[in-house]
Amino acid sequence: MARVVVDVMPKPEILDPQGKAVLGALPRLGFDGVTEVRQGKRFELEIDGDLTEDRLAEVNAMAETLLSNPVIEDYAVRVVS
Amino acid sequence: MKVGVVTFPGSLDDADARRAVRVAGHEAIALWHGDHDLQGVDAVLLPGGFSYGDYLRCGAIARFAPVMTEVVDAARGGMPVLGICNGFQILCESHLLPGALIRNDHRKFGCLDQTLTIENNTSAWTSSYAVGQQVTIVLKNGEGSFVADDKTLDMLEAEGRVIARYVGNPNGSQRAIAGITNEAGNVVGLMPHPEHAVEGLCGPGTDGLGFFTSLGSVLA
Repeated sequence: MARVVVDVMPKPEILDPQGKAVLGALPRLGFDGVTEVRQGKRFELEIDGDLTEDRLAEVNAMAETLLSNPVIEDYAVRVVS
Repeated sequence: MKVGVVTFPGSLDDADARRAVRVAGHEAIALWHGDHDLQGVDAVLLPGGFSYGDYLRCGAIARFAPVMTEVVDAARGGMPVLGICNGFQILCESHLLPGALIRNDHRKFGCLDQTLTIENNTSAWTSSYAVGQQVTIVLKNGEGSFVADDKTLDMLEAEGRVIARYVGNPNGSQRAIAGITNEAGNVVGLMPHPEHAVEGLCGPGTDGLGFFTSLGSVLA
């Protein structure tokens, strides 16, 4: 068993209205000094068996076809255990 | 003409879309997301709503619904396909149309009568209109802001593939784009809802009917 994490973030040039909403809420709660918030998604995948290079390539394919939309998002795959 | 309207789990406007198809003089065929079967239709409509609860991204799960295998094949083969609102999102996720639709820049759900300018009347779904004609139909969305990189936007403009543009910009869409078509002109994505503007009794008028009557000239 292995755990792989896929982080998906809106591309820097894409407006992130959710991040902007969080940024607007922070000072109202008394948290100052935050200049930018970008909101993304984190997927934790439990992979059966050994995490071979082929399996890792498959995870990248999952990230590219379903977990992210490459038109508006970047993804990063990392093995955590 | 037989027009198939796909119902996904979470589709909302499938019944209105079928009604608009009938009002325009066509036969409406209900298609089911789980069937690998287009039932011999001549055109397909992907209606608005919140397919699969908009989980992951709007349209991202619906893109992989069984019926979409046949819809994508048919679209690539030249069959007229119209995606309205959530249907537009599904067409973008399916890569039948470029770009993507993200949350409105003002972060609020918008629900209003919206005026558009028709900019292309050579697509399968816009031939009943005149270029430059202004139409008022319903706009209702939370994630209707059209985005694409500058290269893609320039290409869409240069090839005349922006079919309709908002008068004003109600959701932060790049270059106020409300709808686009593919290179062949058979696949159209439109964020506002022409199916809610086909009868005088309800909605802002009958300006939306042209999207459905346009199909007749495709057949002829």
